[in-house]
Amino acid sequence: MASLTTASAAADVVIEIGGLPIRLSTDDPAFVEMLKERYAGFVTSGTKAQIEFDVMLAPADRMMGHGEIRVERESGQWSMGRGDFEADWNPRTARGIIRQSANPYSLNSVLRIVHTLLLAEQGGFLVHASSAVRNGRAFLFAGVSGAGKTTMARLAPPDVTLLTDEISYVSRQKDGYYAYGTPFAGDLGRLGENMRAPLAALYLLTKGTENKIEPLGPAEASRALLENILCFARDSEVVRSVFEAACDFVCRVPIRRLTFVPDARVWEMIA
Amino acid sequence: MSEKCYVARSTKIAARMMGDEMMIMLAPDSTLFTLNEVASVIFNAADGTTPLEVIVAERVCSEFDVELEAALKDAEHVVKELAGHGVLLVSDEPITPPLAFAQVAR
Repeated sequence: MASLTTASAAADVVIEIGGLPIRLSTDDPAFVEMLKERYAGFVTSGTKAQIEFDVMLAPADRMMGHGEIRVERESGQWSMGRGDFEADWNPRTARGIIRQSANPYSLNSVLRIVHTLLLAEQGGFLVHASSAVRNGRAFLFAGVSGAGKTTMARLAPPDVTLLTDEISYVSRQKDGYYAYGTPFAGDLGRLGENMRAPLAALYLLTKGTENKIEPLGPAEASRALLENILCFARDSEVVRSVFEAACDFVCRVPIRRLTFVPDARVWEMIA
Repeated sequence: MSEKCYVARSTKIAARMMGDEMMIMLAPDSTLFTLNEVASVIFNAADGTTPLEVIVAERVCSEFDVELEAALKDAEHVVKELAGHGVLLVSDEPITPPLAFAQVAR
């Protein structure tokens, strides 16, 4: 496993998602400028980062392909990769190295993985869901591709603040669950607002011929939630944490099935 | 399956009763199982030291209106299936972790 040494960084940027600032340092100022633009709204300045990554950029032809994401833990250090990136991260030292080409997509994947690992320790998770805030409370709309996550985001009325149309960030805190805005955008192509709100409900989306909300039993809700939670690591401890987090969430947050006609009237039911 | 059959819950799973269903996730690969009520009773009673026949007689037959012979046959089928997925460990001797786990899980 590679050692985590410090690169001679020429530029850096701190990206804060879910209240967790991560510093990315590289010797390519142009790449940092691209990240600042890509993660606008989630870039913080003058912040002490909780995690530091050195980003070692390689020519694109040396970091190609996609394939399966690999996330493994060895001697307390995480190693992750896909065809287009390789990364190591030591949670004890809060430092890591990312090797990739100068594209934001690979970095986006690393950030998602790191956040899933951190959230799993705290009873939270990333979930395939759009999310939005209305009247100070957050609502999640979960489902597989095509279920209507982006549709719900597009149909949101002006008094609704969008947190994401693709990957929602759920954090468990002392006084309950909170949803945070994320820069993980889907088909809408628009970043969420960098804010948080207490979670009011999670809806499992189904497109239909009428608008209706139906209750779900705890087992069905758990199954559906687990199907939508992002868990990249083939690691027993993480899998257990995610399972427990999902079950705890189902016991504490209302989960409903939302069947909806894809027009603006569906938001009359969300308040 | 031998008459003296002992069953124990694997240590490589996470399990939680959600409503009236037992949810089980295999830790190594995230495979999710849901057990029905009878299978849940067997799973909960699978302490590694109580023979399956006793579990069925004392727990299954007392909670559900079934004959011992038929219930035992069904239970053996359930245990075999769950053992095949790594949810349960099966042995013809009492299973006392952690040593017995290593012996049975090979």
